[in-house]
Amino acid sequence: MEKQVATFAVKKGLAQMLKGGVIMDVVTHEHARIAEDAGAVAVMALERVPADIREHGGVARMSDPELILQIMDAVTIPVMAKARIGHFVEAQVLEAIGVDYIDESEVLTPADEAYHINKHDFKVPFVCGCRNLGEALRRIGEGAAMIRTKGEAGTGDVVEAVRHARSVLGEIRRLQNMPEEELMGYSKDIGAPYELVLETRALGRLPVVNFAAGGLATPSDAAMMMQLGVDGVFVGSGIFKSGDPAKRAEAIVKATTHYDDPYILAEVSRNLGDPMVGRQVSAIPDAELIADRGW
Amino acid sequence: MKIGILALQGDFAEHSATLEKLGIETRQVRLPAQLESLDGLIIPGGESTTIGKLAEDFHLIEPIQEFSKTHAIWGTCAGAIFLSKDVRRKQPLLGLMDITVERNAFGRQVESFEIEIEVSVLHEFDPQNEQPFHAVFIRAPLIESVDGTARSLASLPDGRIVAAQQGNLLATSFHPELTPDDRFHRYFLSLVSN
Repeated sequence: MEKQVATFAVKKGLAQMLKGGVIMDVVTHEHARIAEDAGAVAVMALERVPADIREHGGVARMSDPELILQIMDAVTIPVMAKARIGHFVEAQVLEAIGVDYIDESEVLTPADEAYHINKHDFKVPFVCGCRNLGEALRRIGEGAAMIRTKGEAGTGDVVEAVRHARSVLGEIRRLQNMPEEELMGYSKDIGAPYELVLETRALGRLPVVNFAAGGLATPSDAAMMMQLGVDGVFVGSGIFKSGDPAKRAEAIVKATTHYDDPYILAEVSRNLGDPMVGRQVSAIPDAELIADRGW
Repeated sequence: MKIGILALQGDFAEHSATLEKLGIETRQVRLPAQLESLDGLIIPGGESTTIGKLAEDFHLIEPIQEFSKTHAIWGTCAGAIFLSKDVRRKQPLLGLMDITVERNAFGRQVESFEIEIEVSVLHEFDPQNEQPFHAVFIRAPLIESVDGTARSLASLPDGRIVAAQQGNLLATSFHPELTPDDRFHRYFLSLVSN
């Protein structure tokens, strides 16, 4: 067999190597080094963290490639970057500069209101957000090699990440108890490819790695998502919008590893300084919610 | 027999699944006390900087070094990096194997690949199976050089080393835990039994 690159196994495989870890949003190469030193398994390079995207408004786009390249130079861990939903040219640009993963992200302003990127077309792997099982399996059907909950980015309120993780994991549990004759109807109801529904049912989990994202701000938030059954966590604004980013980053890494040991969680949660201020999701007007972007 | 899998971060569940299919009991190791009464240890793939930092923070480096004196240890990818003496940059290492490792030696993720390699030790170990080994390399390291009593176990067609052994210590820069072929796991178990 000749050497084969960009197979689905190696795309999905990198996400498998990130399991049990924390992926951190960074906006400068200095942040990236702090994240790497704190034990991050990867960084997400972007111009503004989601909390600032909310604050500033306007159209949020792919970051300047120069910034992403500086971050890639600064660290040895994988570097991810965001493209707008449906913006396949932003994705081509990110692939051209050599990022390790693309997040087709609802945090940026969508570029297409009907279609996501055909992710099979790319050598670089993609991660996509979801709120439920149907959405997760549609993204995998389009070629996503990793899934994350959408949560509600930039709020510091974990409630939506919990809702989305419970939704996906609960639907998988129900699917496992469903008789075979109901599976085609179920696939139709949730708008998911039938073959992926079968595969998920057989595996008892999503066919790709599944992280939590969107609103995590504390070590306990990370550990709670892990106990709910996700494979790892993204922390966006929660680290660099807090009082002591280096310390909080390290604490969240430790909490993700020792997620089921309350004594260690108590220890790492001590004296972390101020968390990000945050915004309660239930008080945000519908029009400002990010998680509804994507189809 | 009970095998520990270092579960600080990475694909430890994949290693457990392969061993459990072979009927082997496993235990996730996150703290030094969890090394107690194990017969061998696997250090999985993951991010070597993360695994190294957590191992240092939770005081696992010295206990694993001690464990290696009487037990077999196998590191895959990040695990191989962690076992090595030298990675040409500053990061926490066990420093148990006389190998020099180059991290991310093939480049970034788009260069990750799958290939079939010949591993003669697996053929000696399992002569019935003449198949090459299907190896998955993800942002993989290379074993630049083997020194002392370490020896190369496998290399790519161009001769670059991707697996090494030194006594009861085993290092592979690829991921046998990601493919159904369990020969490397069985080979490791044979080192554990010896």
